[in-house]
Amino acid sequence: MTSLPKDTPRKLGLVIDLDTCVGCQACVIACKGWNTENYGAPLSDQDPYGADPSGTFLNRVHGYEITPDQGAAQLVHFPKSCLHCEDAPCVTVCPTGASYKRAEDGIVLVNETDCIGCGLCAWACPYGAREMDQTAGVMKKCTLCIDRIYNENLPEQDREPACVRTCPAGARHFGDLADPDSAVSQLVAERGGFDLMPEMGTKPVNKYLPPRPKDRLEETDILAPFLDPVADSPQGFLGWLDRALDRL
Amino acid sequence: MHPAPSVILFTTLSGLGFGLLIFLGLGFPPVTGWVAFVFFLIAYALSVGGLLASTFHLGHPERALKAFSQWRTSWLSREAWAAVAALVTMGLYALGAVFFGTHLVPLGWIGAALSLATIFTTSMIYTQLGSVPRWNQLLTPLHFLSAALAGGALLAGQLLVAAILLLVALMIQLGHWSVGDKRFAEAGHTIATATGLSGGQVRAFSPPHTGSNYLLREMVHVVGRKHARKLRILAALLGYGLPLVLVLVPGAGHLLGGLAILAHVVGMAASRWLFFAEAEHVVGLYYGKRG
Ligand code: SF4
Ligand code: SF4
Ligand code: SF4
Repeated sequence: MTSLPKDTPRKLGLVIDLDTCVGCQACVIACKGWNTENYGAPLSDQDPYGADPSGTFLNRVHGYEITPDQGAAQLVHFPKSCLHCEDAPCVTVCPTGASYKRAEDGIVLVNETDCIGCGLCAWACPYGAREMDQTAGVMKKCTLCIDRIYNENLPEQDREPACVRTCPAGARHFGDLADPDSAVSQLVAERGGFDLMPEMGTKPVNKYLPPRPKDRLEETDILAPFLDPVADSPQGFLGWLDRALDRL
Repeated sequence: MHPAPSVILFTTLSGLGFGLLIFLGLGFPPVTGWVAFVFFLIAYALSVGGLLASTFHLGHPERALKAFSQWRTSWLSREAWAAVAALVTMGLYALGAVFFGTHLVPLGWIGAALSLATIFTTSMIYTQLGSVPRWNQLLTPLHFLSAALAGGALLAGQLLVAAILLLVALMIQLGHWSVGDKRFAEAGHTIATATGLSGGQVRAFSPPHTGSNYLLREMVHVVGRKHARKLRILAALLGYGLPLVLVLVPGAGHLLGGLAILAHVVGMAASRWLFFAEAEHVVGLYYGKRG
């Protein structure tokens, strides 16, 4: 059903730390691997080894540069997957009911056997979180690894999303953002977690933690300021020597 | 947005078809028998042809019936209902006119209203998208409705009405362009709000992949926009200006009328191409492209 639930008791989602993400793309590959080998249509590639490769991904890592008025520019690695919005425009536009938001935990999913592949939900998502699989002709999106987080066949420590489990920098956190005492909610409160494109009114569940200000390399040698730099074009005896040596 | 030929064809042709059905339903012209048959044939060819063209871009056309289920929330689902209801109602009305020489007036009115509703629901599919600020404005439904009514009047041979509607539709078209040009900036979406990054100038530095992807192909269409100005002039002249002049020629017969329709269709196709090609999706911000 494409009506949105009024409120969900749990809001499962991710908290992504832009300060610690190193841009290694491990989450991209873990996500592609898990979601190709498990639930739903595999994430296909077109012309993967040819001149114009492209493919379906549920999680992609962008890179942005912040140039302050003064000082050096800073690079930020920026992973982006579905934000499991509370007011998800992608769900309400769906004509078939294939897209839905789970009432119990807020996860936004696509029922692939109902999807006609009209693509309207991908148009409606402001974040580019949905991709139509070119081989299967159905809409793919992040499932929050629903087939891991509730999967009793997996060892306890693996019952979290593949991208979270694999991240070597610990930049991705999974949890319940409706519970103010959860580790993710605490992290958001502590670090000033924010929404992407808040003016869109989609109320994303996923939050982003801002990069911390970088340290500056200070002058370390207290005597350094007293040393004159070597003259670029030597004068006097040194100048004569320089020219003489040039002529040799 | 990517201007897919199937969607341009669909919105142009089905708009015309349902526009003609509105006039036929209202009894303009009050045709019966063979003449009615030809009129209804044209109307159905356009509207059904347009609808069929739109199913070409579905990933799973065989599941199309499922699209009727979500009318409570989805404009696309509502469009499916409105289109079928309009076609069935007008089909019954056409039977009466063609084979029995009678006009079931109330049925015609209901059919006309449903045809109008179909055009409206089509326009709302685009208007509702906050992610495409250019479409997300009041003039989008007005543009679809006025263009379809003007085209319908042309096809129905209602010359004076057509002249007035063409003028109104032209004004709305110009308004839609000029309001649309400012919508993205007004809505306030920037790379800074998209990424939430602050502390300086934010620039997309490295894309997440070396090749292209579905998002870029579908939503970040940037080629061909440099001709937008010329195409706008072409769309305004052919779609509205020339037909307006042609229908006002005293004693305009079938030849001039046919020319007016031809010009209108070509102009509207150009207008719809621009409707998609000029529409920038906010996801372009993440890729350092407004597109
Ligand atoms: S991020 Fe996009 S796909 Fe995910 S819930 Fe929000 S609008 Fe829907
Ligand atoms: S592509 Fe599938 S999930 Fe998306 S709106 Fe269309 S039918 Fe619904
Ligand atoms: S939660 Fe699962 S599906 Fe979603 S981005 Fe992470 S790995 Fe991919």
